[in-house]
Amino acid sequence: MKRKSFRSRLQRLVPTLLVAIIFLGAWELGVHLLGIREFILPPPSSILSEFSEELQIFIGASGESILFSAARATLWSAVGGFVIGCGAGILTALVTSRWTIISEATMPFAIAANSVPIIAFAPIMNNWFGITNPASKMAIVAIIVFFPAMINTVRGLTLVDPGQLELMESWAASPARVLRTLRIPNALPFIFSALRVASSLSVIGAVVSEFFGGPRATLGVYITQEASGFNFASAWSAILMASLIGITFYLVVLLLERWLMPWHHSMSDSG
Amino acid sequence: MTTKVIEAREINKVFNPGREEQVIALQDIDLSVTSGEFVSLIGPSGCGKSTLLRLIADLIEPSTGELQVNGKSPHQARIDRDYGMVFQAATLLEWRNVRKNIELPLEIHGFARQERQEKAQAALELVELGSFGDHWPWQLSGGMQQRVAIARALVFQPSLLLMDEPFGALDEFTRERMNMELLRIWRETDTTILFVTHSIAEAIFLSSRVIVMSPRPGRITSVVDIDLPRPRAFETRARPRFHALVAEVREVLRDAHVLE
Ligand SMILES: Nc1ncnc2c1ncn2[C@@H]1O[C@H](COP(=O)(O)OP(=O)(O)OP(=O)(O)O)[C@@H](O)[C@H]1O
Ligand SMILES: [Mg+2]
Repeated sequence: MKRKSFRSRLQRLVPTLLVAIIFLGAWELGVHLLGIREFILPPPSSILSEFSEELQIFIGASGESILFSAARATLWSAVGGFVIGCGAGILTALVTSRWTIISEATMPFAIAANSVPIIAFAPIMNNWFGITNPASKMAIVAIIVFFPAMINTVRGLTLVDPGQLELMESWAASPARVLRTLRIPNALPFIFSALRVASSLSVIGAVVSEFFGGPRATLGVYITQEASGFNFASAWSAILMASLIGITFYLVVLLLERWLMPWHHSMSDSG
Repeated sequence: MTTKVIEAREINKVFNPGREEQVIALQDIDLSVTSGEFVSLIGPSGCGKSTLLRLIADLIEPSTGELQVNGKSPHQARIDRDYGMVFQAATLLEWRNVRKNIELPLEIHGFARQERQEKAQAALELVELGSFGDHWPWQLSGGMQQRVAIARALVFQPSLLLMDEPFGALDEFTRERMNMELLRIWRETDTTILFVTHSIAEAIFLSSRVIVMSPRPGRITSVVDIDLPRPRAFETRARPRFHALVAEVREVLRDAHVLE
């Protein structure tokens, strides 16, 4: 149960930081030494300076930073789709798990649908909701994350220790009680592993669906336009932005998991 | 006072009857256990020991035959919380701490918070884990987890304790200590215990009666009364009479196998 000291946490980060520094250094040097042209691969220094220029505009409020408005729009699509898709997936799993027959009948379809490249529907969604309507991106994200969320929740609700089920029965527990006290807590680790995957998927889904068209101020459109206008450093700064959003989103889900499942976190920490 | 806790007459249990996978798990089981007894079931794997326990616990129903627990139907006995159950795995809920695990059956039966806490603490003290209520299950050793499972089974103060190889996963040393603990708990609580084991020595050390079963179909082949004096202690295992009984049960078990 010991809390790890701040210092020892920092020390554990050192190797990771070293790897990052070596990687960026090699990139920078390689680009200069090999004379790689900007449109193939800009050096990290010019990506970063492009990024910090936008950041200064954003902080200084001297005019609108397109990169940051784009980030906000894409984040909104990703988070909205994530919440709708995961919510619907978990809810569907809870409802169908009540009737084993239904969940057994739908699972193969869910698993099949999960391996369909749903992003291919992006143009269709643009037709349905309108190309500049954020709902068309949210819909794609929601559909992408729906299946992993549903599949994992069903697994977690059904893969329960038979001994624990027998005990519940020996105490004459009602099905609702079993769901609440046994199945749902048992499903939490499964659900969170789906949410972690979904957090990354939702940012990917939002950006890629924006490649198929959308308002100017979205990361996907920004990247395509800057790249076709030969502004490679600013295209790359948008990629950097998308990565930062993805990583942050993942970390938020991770923190939520640790907060909601303290037993799990401490269990794996001690091991 | 001797009342019948378990009364089974001509119990048969067939799984998947009429189908290709049909298994006659139990055949013509007659068993009578009076209150305060410590009865062990022993027999090769697949002879129906767990099935018999499940029947008594009303988790499954007999195909034919008559079964009573405390003079009631097993179903009524289950509703009345007449028995507690312990398996080989502790089957604690990992997201509840020790105290909350023990309170769970009380919670399900709608006991008030105050009463839950008192009963859980009493049960914890009975298994000498009084100060471990706030621990998570994974922080306990296998033996301690099993004691928590016993505390949980005893929290309703049931008249019958059904135990299915409860110490089967423990090392020899821990198992012998747990045997002593269980005998103390049995003495202190006046519980009747039906105990499944694969260890001849354990069955003899604990029991007043050892029931030997044989497989396919599962039947009771013999009953050995254990006349070792009580209270039993570590020295009991050194007695010539103990060794004679071990030899006797081993003989019966071998015969059961030969019959197969
Ligand atoms: N739910 C079930 N469906 C079908 N067959 C079953 C079922 N439960 C038990 N059996 C069969 O009944 C027989 C007795 O099983 P049981 O589990 O009672 O044996 P056991 O004596 O407890 O064995 P072990 O010592 O290995 O625990 C076995 O042949 C088993 O395959
Ligand atoms: Mg068994």
